[in-house]
Amino acid sequence: MNWNSWHEFLHMGGYGLYVWGSYLVCLALMVLEGWLSARRHAQALRAPELEEDEE
Amino acid sequence: MSQAALPSSAPNSAPRWRWNTYAAPSRFYAMAGLAIPWIWALALILGLAGLWVGFAMAPTDFQQGEAYRIIFIHVPAAWMSMLIYLVLAFWAAWGWMLNARMASMYARALAPTGALFTLLALWTGALWGKPTWGAWWVWDARLSSEFILLLLYLGYIALTEAIDEPRRAAHAGALLALVGAVNIPIIYFSVRWWNTLHQGATISMTAAPKMATTMLWAMLLLTLSFWVYSFAVVWTRARAIVLEQESDSEWVRQLKAGGPKS
Amino acid sequence: MSMSLRLLWAVLRRDLRLAARRRVEALLPLGFFVVAAGLFPFGVGPEPQTLRQIGPGIVWVCALLSAMLSVTQMFNGDWQDGSLEQMLMSPRGLLSVVLGKVLAHWLSAGLSLVVASPLLGLLFGMSAQSIAMLCLSLLLGTPILSLLGAVGSALTLGLRSGAALVFLLVLPLTIPALIFGIGAVGAVEAGLPQQAQAHLSLLGALLIMTCLSAPLATVAALRISLD
Repeated sequence: MNWNSWHEFLHMGGYGLYVWGSYLVCLALMVLEGWLSARRHAQALRAPELEEDEE
Repeated sequence: MSQAALPSSAPNSAPRWRWNTYAAPSRFYAMAGLAIPWIWALALILGLAGLWVGFAMAPTDFQQGEAYRIIFIHVPAAWMSMLIYLVLAFWAAWGWMLNARMASMYARALAPTGALFTLLALWTGALWGKPTWGAWWVWDARLSSEFILLLLYLGYIALTEAIDEPRRAAHAGALLALVGAVNIPIIYFSVRWWNTLHQGATISMTAAPKMATTMLWAMLLLTLSFWVYSFAVVWTRARAIVLEQESDSEWVRQLKAGGPKS
Repeated sequence: MSMSLRLLWAVLRRDLRLAARRRVEALLPLGFFVVAAGLFPFGVGPEPQTLRQIGPGIVWVCALLSAMLSVTQMFNGDWQDGSLEQMLMSPRGLLSVVLGKVLAHWLSAGLSLVVASPLLGLLFGMSAQSIAMLCLSLLLGTPILSLLGAVGSALTLGLRSGAALVFLLVLPLTIPALIFGIGAVGAVEAGLPQQAQAHLSLLGALLIMTCLSAPLATVAALRISLD
């Protein structure tokens, strides 16, 4: 184990802002992308049939 | 299942799996729908494994302290951004040359994910650079090339979105992607040249810490995790694009009429 | 792909004549070039040392932007009145047309930038040798811009946001030319003639490669846009 406490883990030897700034943004973007693509799919599924003026 | 879009040799042959089975959008749609949850699960497992190795097992770096741990997502993101561009160019070209709709749709599904990884590589690069080299941005050859790669992605997305007619959009995108792919080595070479010209002390992202085995394992696991993740998102997006572009076809009408289910 | 010199010459003369008729329109990119480059001293400050240092870079970048501005008109006129589709019919016509139009664009737009660059060089306080190298690098570089711009222009034919798109699509591809062009000027300023030679050779190689590939890509792009 590298860290003795949660506090140390979060602090990351003083670099907490940079390390967590990277990992949390990474996680957030991936979750966002997953959600957006799923939403696009759901919208495409729900899209009504249009006889003319097909988008 | 839906009517096969492929010719079969015998009139009532049951759909057997062929190398081009998933060239039919309907087949890809169905297959991807089944696979995606499992892909997410695999990506998650690999990711957690990589994070465990990277944080719980890998030691602190002597020079860079804990800040070096950013490398575990910076490098995988950069690799994915480059890999996806090449895959995109491949499928786009395939779709253009062989008039294969599914290939073209797949290429368009790849682009946003590739751009995302490029953004991530740049973001993590900046956050790694600040504590290590004191500046939020360093014009080193690899980061600068990564930036140009982002522009190439944005150009592809902008062009394909600006053209309404799907076939023209796909083929124009394919040409652009190929032109970009061919230019990438030229651009990278010239940027490296430019970098060595202007900087006295060559600051380079390759000045990474000497990697212990655990560090390499963490990077490898996270690279695999990112790679599997990309399948999950890209296939989801590809399914959406299939529904959007094939909305005239019978199987899509039936799917929508049967009530929306995932 | 075969080519018809007569058709090339005909297209070249026609485009040049059109440009000559709308002289003000043809000179607008040149005007932009001068204005844009001229803005920088106001933004950066009049300190001569700074200006001399950033001068070449600014002139080159403004040349890039100016070339992109003018390039969108390359095919639009003929496309709008339907003559471009006609040219699509004849198989060897398209390559000749593309080459003729690129040449016409360079002669009317690109060369004017080369001619105007010494003036800007003086405004930035560059030395005579630097200015000479700047002109030479632009002489080799502006055809590259016309060639690459043609590809972008053909891809975005008829699109609403075509002009803006061309910037986004083509400018990243021009970065190598920019780097080698500036590198040559920088080498002259640092008193390293061999390095300047090397940069020019690389720029020349880029020009040759672009000459061989861009017209074909443009023809392919036109077919995509017109089919």
